[in-house]
Amino acid sequence: MVAVTRKFPREPHGEDMASLESIISVRGINKVYPGQVHALKDVDLDFPAGALTTLLGPSGCGKTTLLKIIAGLLAPTTGDVLVKGKKVTAPGPERAFVFQDFALMPWATVLRNVGFGLELRGLAEAKRNEIARRSIEQVGLSGFEDKYPHELSGGMRQRVGLARALAVDADVLLLDEPFSAVDEQNRRKFQEDLLRLREIERKTFIFVTHSIEEAVYLSDRIVLLSRRPGQVSQIIAPQIDRSGTPDEIRRDRAYLDTVEEIWQGLRQFVD
Amino acid sequence: MTLFGYRLPMMSSLIVWCLIWEIVGRLELVLLFPPFSGVLAALVDLVQTQKFWDATWTTISTFCIGMVLAIVCGVALGVLMGRVKAAENLLGMWVNVFASAPLSALVPVLMILFGMGAKTIVVSVFLFAIWIIALDTQAGVKHITPSLIDMARSFGAGRRDIYAKIILWAALPEILAGIRLGFIRGVKGVVIGQLLVSIIGYGELFEIYSRSFLMEDFWALTIVLFAFALLVAELVGMLEKRIEYYAGVRQ
Amino acid sequence: MDARLEDPIAAGIAAQSDEAAGSRHQTLWWRLASIALFCGAWEIAGLVPINLAFPTFSSTVAAFFEMVGDGTMLKAYALTLQPLIIGLIVSAVLGISIGVAMGLRKSVEWMAAPIFIVLQAAPVAAVIPMVTFIYGIGLTAKVISVCLLALPVIVLNSYKAVANVNPSLINMCRSFLGSRWQQILKIILPDASPVIFAGLRLGISAGFIGIILAELLITPTGIGDLITYHRAVANYAHMYATIASVIVFSAATLSVLQWVEERWIRPEKKGS
Repeated sequence: MVAVTRKFPREPHGEDMASLESIISVRGINKVYPGQVHALKDVDLDFPAGALTTLLGPSGCGKTTLLKIIAGLLAPTTGDVLVKGKKVTAPGPERAFVFQDFALMPWATVLRNVGFGLELRGLAEAKRNEIARRSIEQVGLSGFEDKYPHELSGGMRQRVGLARALAVDADVLLLDEPFSAVDEQNRRKFQEDLLRLREIERKTFIFVTHSIEEAVYLSDRIVLLSRRPGQVSQIIAPQIDRSGTPDEIRRDRAYLDTVEEIWQGLRQFVD
Repeated sequence: MTLFGYRLPMMSSLIVWCLIWEIVGRLELVLLFPPFSGVLAALVDLVQTQKFWDATWTTISTFCIGMVLAIVCGVALGVLMGRVKAAENLLGMWVNVFASAPLSALVPVLMILFGMGAKTIVVSVFLFAIWIIALDTQAGVKHITPSLIDMARSFGAGRRDIYAKIILWAALPEILAGIRLGFIRGVKGVVIGQLLVSIIGYGELFEIYSRSFLMEDFWALTIVLFAFALLVAELVGMLEKRIEYYAGVRQ
Repeated sequence: MDARLEDPIAAGIAAQSDEAAGSRHQTLWWRLASIALFCGAWEIAGLVPINLAFPTFSSTVAAFFEMVGDGTMLKAYALTLQPLIIGLIVSAVLGISIGVAMGLRKSVEWMAAPIFIVLQAAPVAAVIPMVTFIYGIGLTAKVISVCLLALPVIVLNSYKAVANVNPSLINMCRSFLGSRWQQILKIILPDASPVIFAGLRLGISAGFIGIILAELLITPTGIGDLITYHRAVANYAHMYATIASVIVFSAATLSVLQWVEERWIRPEKKGS
């Protein structure tokens, strides 16, 4: 299987993504910070429902900025974010965010942390604990409900963050370099777990990473962003057979070729 | 914060407070506060009296001597506690206790031991300032990465070099922070010392003003003292800024 | 710059807790040795004597027990603690409210910050005698003295606590659709509470200083009275005993607060 690449700055509508609708679209996004720092420039993208799209690029290319704009945590200088066709300017129940530094409340147990999104919506304690426990089980942390964050390793803390995002049953999961603060062995395990999770949960994932292997391993689509000002430079849809074992995938010819090709494309941005 | 689009500098609300002071004073709402303009006028008069300058000289000289002693002994004590475990174990508890204790309770003792004059004030300043300087110096010394010292030793540095060229510099941000806080406490020490001794320096002046309810002179003198304290803290703060460039990247 | 350095107890903790937890046993022996060294030096200094007015450690201890025995010590503390506790409660309630408001609203910060920064740095002791002349020698003046010293510390620490809340946590709350009130109650206040508590501890320390100052500078009552009286009649051992008891009392109270802070407020932040 050969990786197909497209070098369009704009999103090709519908072609390789068959009849997948875009659950999120961004149009004409520009982000300029005070001091004339032009983080994002004229970004137009569609994110197909049910797919895992990765934003990949060198540091400073604005990928986290774009993710936060999509999440509604940052306002763009110009441009719109459309969720299911409707314009949004703030966070909403259809999007859930997983933070790079975990953002767990250190004074709360795992159970409370996972149920926090539901707590904010006013769900009764019994109900939200029930949902939280299911999410905790999903991410493999059963038995740790009454522990505090400081008693958990980095990898486990991020699972809590993921469980929290799953508990609110949002349509879109936004993950901001979720595995970068985690050690290598755990990181690989997470990637494998995430692939398995995708088979169960038919959600849309938008992923930010600076790791090429991670992007190719996980994604249906990879959006490459250039150096500041961040613009869409390439969109790649890796055609990889993910039915094998994790090790088989990582040795697959198509996987290795795609990684190499992206690396060649990004090389120019390395100091 | 911004008002009508203009960014207001940090301490600018003091101007508003002075206006409020003026109004409160004019309306005689609180006996404690005469009109601010009156205070300013008294201030202008005050700086022209000989008595004021004599008192200022007493204050500044005792303050400086006390602070110099406190800095020298405080830094030495802090370095000792930071480098020698036995010293830390034996002395640490006391330094901590005295750093938070109401030291003004000790001033009557000082008055007995050192008399009712400038010596007592110097010791007051010394005692008020030394503990925080020692504590912060100790913290700074303990936070030095061992690899810096190993590096110096690997290049053949002797004991003296290690202290003078590495330890003092590596701990300098904390030492300066401690000295800044020491200065503030030292000013409190010089004031409290003089207030309790009350027959010299500013203490004497305060005594006169309080007795005769000369509110405006009282506040004028108080403003001078407050300004002195802030100025001193600001000066050390500037020193700290100059070495800020490496303070954050030590590791 | 490390904010712990402004807090003498935290600086002390920072200096001591960074090493691996030594045995409890060892620390206890060192503590005892330290106390023995201090008392020993005191005893010798009194025996020399370095000054005719310098009593030995043993005579000071004897005087202390004498005053406890005949009730004067207890009575004095009761009189001193009244305005102290009232002043501290007022300072705590007012201080935390103002400090949190400053952290949450820029306009409040602009108005209030300079005042409290000046009050914290300046020798407020200078104002205390005047306060007494105006408000009399009773409870009011003493409570005001305590507040003058404790309030700025509590306000500034509460303000710093709220201003330094982990922005990631606030973002997290926003991303899960938390309203502003929910952010304040569920994230900001819990995250700020350790520093607010540390501010309370520093405020109590400052309040102590305030009440002692008030009693020494104003017509004395309570502890200040004991000190001044015994000095006047040259009962130096009694005078020293009273002063030492104040220092010990202040140190003991702060130790308890520190223990509470470590144990209950943020157990996972022990030593950080």
